[in-house]
Amino acid sequence: MPYIPHTSEELQEMLSVVGVRSLDELFADIPAAMRPQSFDLPGGRGEAEVCAYFEDLAAQNRPDMVSFLGAGYYAHQIPQAVNALSGRSEFYTAYTPYQAECSQGTLQAIFEFQTAVSRLLDMDCANASVYDGGTALFEAAMMAVRATRRRVLVVDECINPIWRIMLGTYTSGLDLELRLVPQASGVSDMAALKAAIGDDCAAVLVQNPNFFGAVADYSELFARAREHKAFGLISVYPVMQAVLKTPGEMGADVAVAEAQSLGQPLSFGGPYLGIMACRKAHIRQLPGRIVGRTSDLEGRTGYVLTLQAREQHIRRAKATSNICSNQALCALRALVHMSLLGPSGLARVAESGMALARYAVERLTAIKGVELLNDAPYGNEVALRLPVPAEQIIDRMASKGCVPGYPVGRYFAGMENVLLLACTEQNDRRQIDFLAETLGGLL
Amino acid sequence: MKTIFAKSVPGRSAWRLNSDAPKAADMLPAGLLRQDPPRLPECSELDVVRHFTGLSRLNYSVDANFYPLGSCTMKYNPKFTEYVAALPGFSRLHPMLPQLTRGVAWAQGALRCLYEAEQWLCELTGMKAFTFQPMAGANGEFAGVKLMAAYHAAKGRKRTKMLIPDAAHGTNPASAALAGFDAVNIESRDGMVDPEALARAIAEHGENVAGLMMTCPNTLGLMEVHLPRIVEELRRIDALLYYDGANMNAIMGKMRVGDVGFDVVHLNVHKTLGTPHGGGGPGAGPVGVGERLLPFLPAPRVIKNGDSYRLNYNLPQAIGYIGPFYGSFAVVIRALAYMMRLGGEGLSRASEYAVLNANYLKKKLEDVLDIPYAHRLCAHEFVASAPDGLHALDIAKGLLDRGIHAPTIYFPLIVKECLMAEPTETESRETLDEYVQALTEIVAQGKADPQGLAAAPVSLPVRRMDETAAARQMVLTEDMA
Repeated sequence: MPYIPHTSEELQEMLSVVGVRSLDELFADIPAAMRPQSFDLPGGRGEAEVCAYFEDLAAQNRPDMVSFLGAGYYAHQIPQAVNALSGRSEFYTAYTPYQAECSQGTLQAIFEFQTAVSRLLDMDCANASVYDGGTALFEAAMMAVRATRRRVLVVDECINPIWRIMLGTYTSGLDLELRLVPQASGVSDMAALKAAIGDDCAAVLVQNPNFFGAVADYSELFARAREHKAFGLISVYPVMQAVLKTPGEMGADVAVAEAQSLGQPLSFGGPYLGIMACRKAHIRQLPGRIVGRTSDLEGRTGYVLTLQAREQHIRRAKATSNICSNQALCALRALVHMSLLGPSGLARVAESGMALARYAVERLTAIKGVELLNDAPYGNEVALRLPVPAEQIIDRMASKGCVPGYPVGRYFAGMENVLLLACTEQNDRRQIDFLAETLGGLL
Repeated sequence: MKTIFAKSVPGRSAWRLNSDAPKAADMLPAGLLRQDPPRLPECSELDVVRHFTGLSRLNYSVDANFYPLGSCTMKYNPKFTEYVAALPGFSRLHPMLPQLTRGVAWAQGALRCLYEAEQWLCELTGMKAFTFQPMAGANGEFAGVKLMAAYHAAKGRKRTKMLIPDAAHGTNPASAALAGFDAVNIESRDGMVDPEALARAIAEHGENVAGLMMTCPNTLGLMEVHLPRIVEELRRIDALLYYDGANMNAIMGKMRVGDVGFDVVHLNVHKTLGTPHGGGGPGAGPVGVGERLLPFLPAPRVIKNGDSYRLNYNLPQAIGYIGPFYGSFAVVIRALAYMMRLGGEGLSRASEYAVLNANYLKKKLEDVLDIPYAHRLCAHEFVASAPDGLHALDIAKGLLDRGIHAPTIYFPLIVKECLMAEPTETESRETLDEYVQALTEIVAQGKADPQGLAAAPVSLPVRRMDETAAARQMVLTEDMA
């Protein structure tokens, strides 16, 4: 019996200790009328057979296309040491470190993760992670709602539309107003954003680089929020944060990110990693697990889960959030990834993608009818206006084994001709030449 | 152990990218760039490997220790599922590919995994459909509660009360509150939902009751015997019944929640379906629904047409997005691989042996701990109280000294000095006997030498931590020291 150690003798002895004759008698509290009406599942299979089945399914996917698809989720290199260390079962078969004395490995790793995240985003402190970039954005918004006791959130439409829709789902029962400020050709409408902030606002929410790849400085917007005692909330791209002006420098109150780009495989949508960092003044509003450094009875340094009075297992309905599991193993991967790359490695990854994106813009805008959506500065991702619908081009390039990017019109009506193209260090100039030649041939 | 930051040496590096890219300062205006590089560790690869290998050795884990943490189902996680999840055909697949018209063809294997996992879970639970979007158990609870809200909204009414038994996990009331509901506490009697208390709550709140969130077997480790009556009471006012799947490992093949009247369920695949807990995540919390809640499941849903699979985003009554795509995909395929390996019979057997192990342990501990409801069979876990004069915390720490992870302590809140143990089906009788022996010694020590036990643990990298100082001093990063 796979994964069950009992011999038939042991089974009999244990049943007799319990005082029942059969295993099924253990379920006497479930009367016949409540037993399954059907349980028509296949029989078990051998390990090799199951592995072969999944090898076959994996082979039916095509992750090997020449791809410029990003839109918030990026194919970056992951050092093998990240897999090897997160693959240590002392980490991955442990649970939430409730018992600190036998969980110092996980606890110290989370403390180091909190440090790395705080330094990358240039904020005072961070939590142990949440599920993903979308939930991080929502949790940040709720920090502002609780702290300000206000009910209006000013939301820049340049935020990743998937996270914006999640924000809508998560806030829909809470009597909050989402004041959406429309994007202007793929850039934040700073004047409109400022005008939308009033004394009724809990926070203003922006993203840098924004969904369209544009890079901006939100310092003035956050100053305006401060004048109205509202929070400045920003979502960032962790890799680009190695070089870009920081949330701290801009005066943000809470900074969040989808940190898939820090050592998490794309894995068809997850698990990913939401990171959250904030100013010290807001620590008690920060949701989820937080690790603190302290000492033991003998004065030795150690780590514990702390500030638990915020959490659901203590406060129940009055908790800052319902979150229980975080993404501890994903956080460990991000920490190992950042430790291996270091500040210069992470910056080189960012710069490599940026340089390739500039080359792609140079090659593609040389094609008649292809132009930049706007003249805003950009990072490693950029929005291009095509003379035809982007979906049509993507479809036609499929047979060439190339995914030229994401069709922005999928989430933004009226932008059907806009293609969002991302480059990472996994792309190269030859691929861009191929993209340019193929696209040129189609237009 | 020193932190990785303390081991950093300026100028050292583990990883170098072969790129001739110019510096960021040559590509963007200075005003958009950060002043100083982030102070991340600068280490060699061996520095990093040795540091994290060292940290890993400070942990207890299922692979190294018995880990009977109640309500957490710390069963053995088969190694082959790690191999399956890491196959490059899955791990390198961009989630947006199937959103592209032609891209669906490039993700057929992955979509088929989701489709088949849904079929398995439907038959396992008796529900009509599942969404994989929720990224953990509590996230699944939130999704489930939102589905309940959508059901009532579609009937043109706003119900504001969510009934929650007092033995429920803290996430239940927190999730209900997050979705805008007021949690109404329902008291237990004899370890069961008190039908009178339920009737009173319904009489008081009437048609303002949206539903009830149940854990079954409950957190006392007992099967709910009033279930048919609870279902009837709720149906009478068109309220919905939610199944918290945290304790699903007790009932596979013995009861299907869809058959007995539950309208919505979340499963913790990292508990029941053998996927690793990861030190506190990532998990996955798929949510299943019956007929009544089907129209409200979040988009997209995987559709099968002949031999091919695609996504349906056109679901006008859907509650929106709970997660960005299709949930913790790499966790879900581990669960699918686990289910296929065991088959229906193996899953049912897992529950049988999980319940056998718990009852065996409970029986063996009758003379060691105070066991409430000792006359009843327990499910896959059971609660016990520390004997008079002893503290659950001290017993927990005594176990750590003997190489055993502690059970869940001080939960559920309604049991005094509570120790809640869940051995799971993958543990052998020797391990259970060793646990009994360890507890026997600890209780004896606690009675003879309370000071000695209060000093435990003494054999681990650290002794008891000053949690008060941690909360007061708030050193949450290297830089807050």
